[in-house]
Amino acid sequence: MASVIDHALEEFAAEVGPVGPIAIQGGKTRWDANGVPIPEARLLSAPTGIVTYKPEEMIVTARAGTTVEDLHTHLKEHGQRTGLPDRGGTIGGAIAVGENDLNVLGKGRVRDAVLQIRYISADGEIISSGAPVVKNVSGFNLHKLLVGSFGTLGLIAEVTLRTNPVPAETMWLTAAITDPIKIFDSLYKPAAILWDGRTIWVQLEGHKPDVEKQQETLSQIGNFEQVERGPELPQHRWSLPPADLYTISNYKTGRFVASIGVGTVWAEHPQPLRTPDRGKQIIEERLKQQFDPTNRLNPGRKIGNWN
Amino acid sequence: MSLVDRLKKAIGLSPFHDPLVADLQKALSPDRVLEDYEERLLHSKDESVFEGGLAGPVCFPLTTEEVQSIMKIAQRHDRDVIPRGAGSGLAGGAIPLGAPVVVALTKMNNIIEVDIENRIAWVEPGVINLELSDHLRPMGFHYAPDPSSQQICTIGGNVANNSGGPHCLADGVTDTHVLAIEVVLPDGEVTQFGGLDPEPDGLDLRGAFIGSEGTLGIATKIAVRLTANPEAVKTILISFPTMRAAAETVSAVIAGGIVPAAMEAMDQRTIEVIENHVPAGYPKDAGAVLLVEVEGLPDGIEIDAERICEIAEKHQAEDIRIAQNSWQRDALWKGRKSAFGASTYISPNYYLHDTVVPRSALADVLDQVNAIASENDLTIMNVFHAGDGNLHPLLLFDAEEEGTLERVHAVGAEIVRISLEAGGVLSGEHGIGIEKQQFMNDLFSDEDLNHQNRLRFAFDPLCRINPGKVLPQGHSCADIQTLQKPPEGVWV
Ligand SMILES: Cc1cc2nc3c(=O)[nH]c(=O)nc-3n(C[C@H](O)[C@H](O)[C@H](O)COP(=O)(O)OP(=O)(O)OC[C@H]3O[C@@H](n4cnc5c(N)ncnc54)[C@H](O)[C@@H]3O)c2cc1C
Repeated sequence: MASVIDHALEEFAAEVGPVGPIAIQGGKTRWDANGVPIPEARLLSAPTGIVTYKPEEMIVTARAGTTVEDLHTHLKEHGQRTGLPDRGGTIGGAIAVGENDLNVLGKGRVRDAVLQIRYISADGEIISSGAPVVKNVSGFNLHKLLVGSFGTLGLIAEVTLRTNPVPAETMWLTAAITDPIKIFDSLYKPAAILWDGRTIWVQLEGHKPDVEKQQETLSQIGNFEQVERGPELPQHRWSLPPADLYTISNYKTGRFVASIGVGTVWAEHPQPLRTPDRGKQIIEERLKQQFDPTNRLNPGRKIGNWN
Repeated sequence: MSLVDRLKKAIGLSPFHDPLVADLQKALSPDRVLEDYEERLLHSKDESVFEGGLAGPVCFPLTTEEVQSIMKIAQRHDRDVIPRGAGSGLAGGAIPLGAPVVVALTKMNNIIEVDIENRIAWVEPGVINLELSDHLRPMGFHYAPDPSSQQICTIGGNVANNSGGPHCLADGVTDTHVLAIEVVLPDGEVTQFGGLDPEPDGLDLRGAFIGSEGTLGIATKIAVRLTANPEAVKTILISFPTMRAAAETVSAVIAGGIVPAAMEAMDQRTIEVIENHVPAGYPKDAGAVLLVEVEGLPDGIEIDAERICEIAEKHQAEDIRIAQNSWQRDALWKGRKSAFGASTYISPNYYLHDTVVPRSALADVLDQVNAIASENDLTIMNVFHAGDGNLHPLLLFDAEEEGTLERVHAVGAEIVRISLEAGGVLSGEHGIGIEKQQFMNDLFSDEDLNHQNRLRFAFDPLCRINPGKVLPQGHSCADIQTLQKPPEGVWV
């Protein structure tokens, strides 16, 4: 019923068509993540522009080629933001990669932000999954499956996202700290706690008096000073259970910045390849077979960090 | 055959002689594979109004390995399987079609591990939602999704239905709180979807599994996220002259950039029924009330509470009560939590609907829903998760009265139509099950449904798990020939 399809999407679907290898480029900020598309692939970009924005519903619909920066600049005028990472790139790219921002504890995960996706199938059709409402259990969640799929099951064309309010106050604080657990345990819902083994950076968000009170709590633990932003992040991204960060010296990360309470680590060295679970892999292969039997969608990219 | 069994057979309620029962009993134990008529009847229904279910043997596994054995035995005998939690579902998701083996997970009810460092707990699927939170609370945590049925429903059922609850407004529904799931696949293999790390490799099969209504596999272990108990809570009851004023307040609060922890609405009839039967101290003359809760740090919640009250006053709020202590807070929630139960004092049967509309459309949609109910001479109570636009019209009726159930279904179909027209969806938390299959074509195109079917197919190529659910007729796993017909070799 809600399927009023945007003209720009129809044009994009026609461009994709039903045959031949296709690769989608977003902002190319994570171009070589999980393999580079084969050279024969036709390079396309998703359409751009914000389609509808309803601040009073905390929902925005935008075409996938829109940059996250443009989206967030627009939302900020109404005091809102989304869980997509602010590090350059397009909305479609951010969802296809699925990596969260460094302050994920505050702004939420990418996968939780996605309410609806319209994608172009390997047959060149426009498919919708999800809906522009904040709560929904109506059928299978194809849109969940597309988050982090690297464009291998469908080409993301339009996305509806949940927005959330930009907090009244935001503050970065830093101190030399060797025990990050103590900091994590002493704060209520911090936006980010980043730690490189010696120094900690804490992002506090919320109402001004709450942030000030938390700042006071921190000052009782360490010699915290206010800074403009968090640390520079090393190039490679690891994903570990949060408790593993407390014994991170066991891992060969090189220089690192770890997100306490989350488990993401930005490290000098890449994370070693992990062995996939066979049962899961079989389903992934079947999904690929179901959604893209001729392997025309972003060929050359593989899903996951597997050997 | 016992005399009772012979009598039952004579009147068409015969005992069940199923060739796979012996194998199942060998794999589990005879007392955990039940095939008697009463047991199967009990497991042929859920809390919905739908009849016509037919259960095969009912198994109560204790371990993942036993669930694997059941799957493999069912496969060997070419039989379907249906997972089942507490059976509190309202869309018919747990109603067995075509005499499948019922895998009742209620005895797999251990909280396996609370891992504070990783802020998670591993639980078995039969753990009751409220028991998990009660277990965690003294440790400073709770499990955030709190369906109104939390005293009975299981975490496995919550995962299958992506269940929500009053406190999911700010914190998100089940999907946000489940990090990893151990799943037994239709062929009996066991695997894990998701992980304790923030960005597990590969496709998000966890995300696809949650909300799939028991059609993709059986969850045998679940890692849930622990949510820290808030430092401070403020609970506010606001009364309004009309439901329209209450609904407009909800939109205005969201538009004002405030996402309370919970924002529940109750209409005049609900207040009346609560106060007459399970008094909670709600203002009896109010046209509607909003129960709003804000959580967080003490100063911040004062700011939010003040702004919410200001907004309410601009929308004709008549009376604002703020709970001063936990006792008063519990009293305010008691009314909300007793509303469904209280409805049984005024009517023998109820049909609880579940649709979602954009929050700004709440007031108009509720007017239309009430008008349709009164045109069809049905009593309606509206008690719902207003903050996320999740309507729960509760139609009250007496099933003994001829033709009433037809009218109830007709009004239900109208509620769905009105919600979709307003830009909403078929269900916010109960799922599609068999209740709303016929409306799936109104929300999705054929191509969309074809892709949903592909997803289903990748997990369960032989349509063995909970067939006949979610997707409408015409899609492979939906095509059960006749709902009542038992499989070959089975006599009933
Ligand atoms: C009075 C009342 C109030 C309610 N309020 C709410 C509410 O506020 N929010 C809400 O979301 N729901 C609500 N419900 C609906 C219901 O309680 C939920 O859907 C609940 O999650 C179902 O859990 P269950 O254990 O009863 O599952 P069941 O009803 O037994 O099963 C539901 C579905 O889950 C599948 N399933 C069960 N266990 C597993 C497993 N381990 N693996 C795979 N699939 C499985 C079944 O096949 C079925 O499709 C309410 C119900 C009632 C009666």
